[in-house]
Amino acid sequence: MKPQSCVNIKKEWDIVGARQLGRDIAREIGFGTVDQARIATTISELARNIYLYAEHGQICFEVIDTFEQKGLCIIAIDIGPGIEDVGQVLEDGYSTSGGLGAGLPGVKRLMDEFDLQSEVGKGTRVKAIKWLR
Amino acid sequence: MDEKLKKMAIENSDSIVQLWMQEINSLKLDNYTASISDELFESTNRQFVNVIFTSLKNAGSPKAVEEFSEKIINLGWPLSYITDGLQVFRRVTVDYILSQYEQLDSAFISNVLKSVDTWVEPLIRQLVNEYSGSWENTVSLQRVALQELSAPLIPVMDGITIMPLIGTVDTDRAKLIMENLLDGAIKHNSEVVLIDITGVPVVDTMVAHHIIQAAEAVRLIGATCILVGIRPEIAQTIVNLGIDLSKFPTKSSLKKGFRTALELTDRQIVDLGNRADSIEQMIQSLKGE
Repeated sequence: MKPQSCVNIKKEWDIVGARQLGRDIAREIGFGTVDQARIATTISELARNIYLYAEHGQICFEVIDTFEQKGLCIIAIDIGPGIEDVGQVLEDGYSTSGGLGAGLPGVKRLMDEFDLQSEVGKGTRVKAIKWLR
Repeated sequence: MDEKLKKMAIENSDSIVQLWMQEINSLKLDNYTASISDELFESTNRQFVNVIFTSLKNAGSPKAVEEFSEKIINLGWPLSYITDGLQVFRRVTVDYILSQYEQLDSAFISNVLKSVDTWVEPLIRQLVNEYSGSWENTVSLQRVALQELSAPLIPVMDGITIMPLIGTVDTDRAKLIMENLLDGAIKHNSEVVLIDITGVPVVDTMVAHHIIQAAEAVRLIGATCILVGIRPEIAQTIVNLGIDLSKFPTKSSLKKGFRTALELTDRQIVDLGNRADSIEQMIQSLKGE
């Protein structure tokens, strides 16, 4: 596993920076255009959640390169308000900010592996992996 | 005390300048200015030192400082050249003054340090302000330029307008898109509005949400909105995200969208390819007469 590279999310434009870096890494690993778009969208959703709800946090990228498989792992960490009902935010159409409520369930469908850990008052950590096939 | 030290520094400016030049040249090797020619570096250093000493003599000379900072900005040299140069000047001057006295007590040393600081500090402040001010100016100009590009509305025919979107859609821009779209649709009396997203790199839920809202608002004022330029990979991510775009027509390209817009306004494109033949026929028939 290669060392992580991280992008701090503080301003709305940091989302664009994170997306660009993620897309570059995805292209380097060898993902096709469709998967690149999926990865860029995932980063966009996760980074926007950080910007909207936690105000600041980090998006980290990890290239997974083992004997069996290759892939990209995206980790979004924040020390924000946390999520009260994790099950609810993974339902389509649930949003506290008047959005579409498709972000997190969408990310789950866009990626191959998805893991969400959150503690109220402490923060949230989302991990999503896309495997290269 | 301060005046005395100042006089001493000015009278011995030659030796101080020499020491300063040596220090600055040693900085050049492993720092920013590796790609700059020696002559330019030398002449800029001379000017820098002159600026420092004239402002020392006249207790600040804004004009010379302004000119100098402008020159550094135009040359594109880093800000660290200015701050390094002034730090070195401070160090060298303190060293030089202290070396002129044989007996030193701590009160005297602290006095010297204080005086030299009061000479250098206003200069650092002014130069850094000039420099960062120029950057801020550039950034704000670019922001205005970006805003001008951000959401244009083009009337292409009676009742048909197109809004091509290129680049990232953020919240500010989404607001502009909505306003321009509605204002323009009413002003141009549009029946059909085409939003072209060929140039939008990523369509996430936020972008989709804004587009849906804009389309709904367009519908409310009595026009139809067609979303065009949906690339295959964008179509797949929209499906994965589970976004419902079925409330308004969507097309893969502007060309197809435009055709639909013509149909909606009871028009069609007629191919005039056989006109040349008919003219020839007319000529033939004229010849026959």
